[in-house]
Amino acid sequence: MSEPIIETDGLGRDFSVRDGWRRTRLTAVDSLTVRVDAGEAVGYIGANGAGKSTTIKMLTGILVPTRGSARTCGLRPVADRRRLAREVGVVFGQRSQLWWDLPVADSFRILAAIHALSTDAERARTDELVERLELADFLRTPVRQLSLGQRMRVEVAAALLHSPRLVILDEPTIGLDVLSKQRLREFLVAERAAHGTTLLLTTHDMGDVERLCDRILLVDRGQLVYDGTLHGLSRTVGAERVLVVDLAASTPDLDQVPGTRHLGSEGGGLRQRLAFDPDQVTAARVLAAVSERAEVLDLAVEEPDVEDVVRRVYAARR
Amino acid sequence: MRRQSTYRLAALGGLVANVTFGLLKVALLLSAVEAGGGELAGYDPATMAAYIWISQGLLGSVNLHGRSEIADRIKTGDVAVDFLRPLDVQLAAITTETGRAVFSLLPRGLPSVLLGAIVVDMATPDSLLSYPLGATSLLLGIVVSAATAYLVAASGFWLVETRGVAILYMVASGFLAGLFVPIRLFPDWLHAVATATPFPSMLIYPVDILSGRVEGAAAVSLVLLQLLWLAVVLGTGQLMTRSGRRRLEVQGG
Repeated sequence: MSEPIIETDGLGRDFSVRDGWRRTRLTAVDSLTVRVDAGEAVGYIGANGAGKSTTIKMLTGILVPTRGSARTCGLRPVADRRRLAREVGVVFGQRSQLWWDLPVADSFRILAAIHALSTDAERARTDELVERLELADFLRTPVRQLSLGQRMRVEVAAALLHSPRLVILDEPTIGLDVLSKQRLREFLVAERAAHGTTLLLTTHDMGDVERLCDRILLVDRGQLVYDGTLHGLSRTVGAERVLVVDLAASTPDLDQVPGTRHLGSEGGGLRQRLAFDPDQVTAARVLAAVSERAEVLDLAVEEPDVEDVVRRVYAARR
Repeated sequence: MRRQSTYRLAALGGLVANVTFGLLKVALLLSAVEAGGGELAGYDPATMAAYIWISQGLLGSVNLHGRSEIADRIKTGDVAVDFLRPLDVQLAAITTETGRAVFSLLPRGLPSVLLGAIVVDMATPDSLLSYPLGATSLLLGIVVSAATAYLVAASGFWLVETRGVAILYMVASGFLAGLFVPIRLFPDWLHAVATATPFPSMLIYPVDILSGRVEGAAAVSLVLLQLLWLAVVLGTGQLMTRSGRRRLEVQGG
């Protein structure tokens, strides 16, 4: 059992919202009890206003909770804020921690000074991040002249400069193109492998969740509604997997395979898609049944679309 | 430094404005001294000229407008990023502002004083001690102004929009710091009001020491008074930051 890096007990926060002259209380986070161990990669997902950012701000000591308690890296977030800041790196997808008018390299130097890194540690870490995030081409460019994709890579480097044990990313891939997203994800996977960093990320991009996270926390209206693997989440809503087969010859629709539902055919029946429930029938059995009917050249098993799964979870709760 | 040197044209514009208003003040105040028979509340033409050009030169450095970067950051919620750093948010804001202010002495302070010295006769202190004392007082003035402007920003924890408070600050500070006329020229009751605020510590005290109008023990006591005010505004800022954090809602998600 490794040590907990995040531990909350009944953590919650209300905001008072002014509506004309009346003030009403709005519960952003209701009562969150969760534990994340060192080295985990956790996707914290939910719709806008579900309470994700509020939770992050409470875990990092920015916001004072209305109720409950939290421990991050063994510290009390609000009371030990400054010590905690040395252990945690945070990337806010929509806020910058860089200096607008300064070249990238200068922002790194200031941050290294803020975190009191030794000269050697600063150089080694900066070199590592510059290489792995491919920042060398615009180190001398003022931040305001960077493209969004470049800037996000710099933001991530800035948050990781002090080698934090816990990295929190609040919608890190928002607005990025496919290639930039891919690069960023690859970097995070490598960083985790190299340093054992714990990742907590909020995102609306299910690609982030699929490629980066081994655990999912799903929140809805301030409440934790699911905690487990992505696969497990799919099962709770009975989501189906899809077997895609490429056949040697044109074949009539395979709509009689037991335990499956025929979704469609392409190329005159050369490629067919069959949905099945993994709790009812195994992929191997489906494949065997298909092979009795046609010669299979190639196959793929598609996991359920996460966005679709989340939508179903929400729909079931409404 | 690099952040401030980015906008050279803005610095030049500021200088032109300072000098223009300096010349205006020269015309008004020197004729007032003349009308007073060559002396007015302890100012002769040379100390008055020194007051004008040094105070104009400090305009780019001493915060007499109440606006600050940290106020904007609280309003937009970017202050969240500041709270993620292992720094005291109040002290970080004040030192950043002080760095900017000290740098402004180069493009806006020095030229203003030099130009003034060319145009009119300016008094200089008799005592050599007045120079280090004046420099200390000047730095303290800048820090007191940054620390007081921080209070305006910190009111944003409750108000979100602090422009109204900043305008109030601007009106009060310019007047009570002695930017328009030296506070010695005020009627007694108004002079008493001014000295009950941190504003004279920002501008008129350092100017009086640098112009040699106040020297020796009196100058030292002005510096001590500045230190006292610094402690008061820093303490207030620390309290406001602490209770403000409980109110902080981080604007903009």
